[in-house]
Amino acid sequence: MFVLKLIVRNSMRHRLRTLLTIVGLLIAVVAFGLLQTVVDAWYAGAQAASSTRLVTRNAISLVFPLPLSYEARIRSVEGVTTVARANWFGGIYQDPKKFFAQFAISPNYLDLYPEFVLPDAQRQAWLRDRKGCLVGRQLANDYGFKVGDVLPLRGTIFPGTWEFVIRGIFDGSDETKITRQMMFHWDYLNETVRKSSKTRADQVGIYIVGVKTPESAPSVARAIDATFRNSLAETLTETEQAFQLGFVAMSNEIIAAIRLVSYVVIVIIMAVMANTMAMSARERVAEYATLKTLGFRPGFIALIVFGESAAICALGGGLAIAAMPQVAAGFKHLAGTYFPVFEVSGLTLALQAACASIVAIAAAIVPAWRASRVRIVEGLRAIG
Amino acid sequence: MKIPFIYVARNLWARRLTTALTAGGLALVVFVFATVLMLDAGLKRTLVTTGEHDNVVVIRKGSETEIQSGITRDQAGVIETHPAVAIGRDGKPLASKETVVLISLLRRGDSRPSNVVIRGTSTTGLALRPQVQVRAGRMFRPGTSEIVVGSSIAARFDSAALGSRMSFAQREWTVVGIFDAGGSGFDSEVWGNVDQLMQAFRRNSYSSLVLRLARSDLFERFRSDIDTDPRLTNESKREQIFYSDQSKALSAFINVLGLTLSIIFSIGAMIGAMITMYASVANRVGEIGTLRALGFKRRAVLGAFLTEALLLGLVGGVAGLVLASFMQHASFSTINFQTFADLSFRFVLTPEVAMKSMLFALVMGLLGGFLPAIRAARLNIVDALRAV
Repeated sequence: MFVLKLIVRNSMRHRLRTLLTIVGLLIAVVAFGLLQTVVDAWYAGAQAASSTRLVTRNAISLVFPLPLSYEARIRSVEGVTTVARANWFGGIYQDPKKFFAQFAISPNYLDLYPEFVLPDAQRQAWLRDRKGCLVGRQLANDYGFKVGDVLPLRGTIFPGTWEFVIRGIFDGSDETKITRQMMFHWDYLNETVRKSSKTRADQVGIYIVGVKTPESAPSVARAIDATFRNSLAETLTETEQAFQLGFVAMSNEIIAAIRLVSYVVIVIIMAVMANTMAMSARERVAEYATLKTLGFRPGFIALIVFGESAAICALGGGLAIAAMPQVAAGFKHLAGTYFPVFEVSGLTLALQAACASIVAIAAAIVPAWRASRVRIVEGLRAIG
Repeated sequence: MKIPFIYVARNLWARRLTTALTAGGLALVVFVFATVLMLDAGLKRTLVTTGEHDNVVVIRKGSETEIQSGITRDQAGVIETHPAVAIGRDGKPLASKETVVLISLLRRGDSRPSNVVIRGTSTTGLALRPQVQVRAGRMFRPGTSEIVVGSSIAARFDSAALGSRMSFAQREWTVVGIFDAGGSGFDSEVWGNVDQLMQAFRRNSYSSLVLRLARSDLFERFRSDIDTDPRLTNESKREQIFYSDQSKALSAFINVLGLTLSIIFSIGAMIGAMITMYASVANRVGEIGTLRALGFKRRAVLGAFLTEALLLGLVGGVAGLVLASFMQHASFSTINFQTFADLSFRFVLTPEVAMKSMLFALVMGLLGGFLPAIRAARLNIVDALRAV
């Protein structure tokens, strides 16, 4: 009790300095948490991917499509339940900066994605309208889309100006699902393409394949690829998660840089904190000597210094962790187009607490050691 | 009457540990700030040097990149006979019809494939790009399944070593050479013969057309002729502009992320500077009183403390820049969001980046030292002299 009182009193002696240090810590720990969450957000697409869905694409690369005739052959592979078609449309809405994913899909695509919740009436309306499209809730909120609106897109891969009528808005089954995309009828795309270029018709970007059980996924994937070996368009089939992770891996140096930078911020605040503790210890040499004269052991003095560092870090780190939900919500509001899913994970909070603790210990090591080693005579002579 | 500079510098020297810690914090922030700017400068330099000013790239209207574009053979024939196109020594127009696609290759030490640009080109295409030089091996021979790879591809992909074979599109392709494109975007590409690649990929239309203008000022005329020709559905851009447009999305992303980080970090470092400067003032109340009693004005005291803070920023800035300059040896590769292809570029330290970083460091020092300096200047002489 007495020790605690001493520690609290000590840290309150320089109110301004303590306050500044706490604010600095708060900012650093929040920044660290945000960066960790940015990295998590990067993997959000892969996290949401299901292990009972496979993606079959052209083995050369995603640029090359697969023939429509493959659909029936994939369906006949043992263990396959559903085969859906999807083409990346890559259109531009108003301005290239307003990027969002657009897919031309077959009607059964939605059966494979139970995480997209769409009212039945809207689904029926979409199925009846050839030019109809569906947009996700996040996308609708970003651009204020409503059911019945016309959505114009300028084609990049498929030339021309395309107009779609929004027939439905789907929600994610929970917070971690990305609903920042738009989907329309594959048949409509195919018919339109056929008018301008026969050779480009009946081509499918990727096949989404539903399998009975997650365990059978690897063998089904091998069986599909074996079916088309040595053909004009060899396939590469992997789980949806692996497919999504492939995209993440292409920017893994950016992720590595973000991770590195998130540790830099901790080092910066460590320097600031160490500075504060060194100053406090320097000013109180005479007091430590007095304490020693009274018979307190070096360990006790070290404890006081450590305790002060811990108190400041606990306060700064605690406030930062408490503020995280609000900060994340604010950040999502600003950068929602880059990160449609932005959830602070429990691991991030634990890491933040760990960082605050490491800073507390690292900043106090040298001052505590020095304080405990004070020679009484020298200490009493010192003027803080 | 100003307080001598040496007095200011000695104050920092007197508390070496504190000065070092504070400057260290500032230096790390400057380091992050500078590397972000260097990365952006490197990206821009790579994509700008990719293009020649007098070259023009023609793609399909509306397609942003060569990957998404398509030009039919008859359209290509119309475009290359336009009078603005320069004529080569052999009497043929200096225009190269190219096919550009992506292939998946495994990066060294990475289990996930990356998308790499493979460009089908011709002897004319090589002539149009004087910066491309074969560094090892030789150029591919027309009409064979030979390919050459850019230097950053050779460095990062095992399957791209000299003499190795790559298999894609039902064929084996032999790597016969490694070329160096002077740090431009072509270093991240694989090149082969256009007719062979079109056959293998079963494409019957080109992706793009690259041509040299007979005179630089003919560009506008060429562009409007292509735009208004009813047979064509193409658009043309100067090659330099075409490639720098492709850096926009990535550059914006790097800047937004990097600058946001720098600003957040700078608050932490400024607080560090502020703590140091407040302590510096508190430790020297007696000195300040003495200086005032000797007749130095409030302004002189304010100036001395601001100079001290600026000096702190300067030390941090220089240290941060020295750290950042080591990054010049590192290269950075990532996917370009606009082309979906892997692009490799370097951290480039330009004078402009150095200037901005130093300015940033000085501003941080100044902001951190401002309040403490005000406090020092406002001390009452009598009270200050009483303090021990």
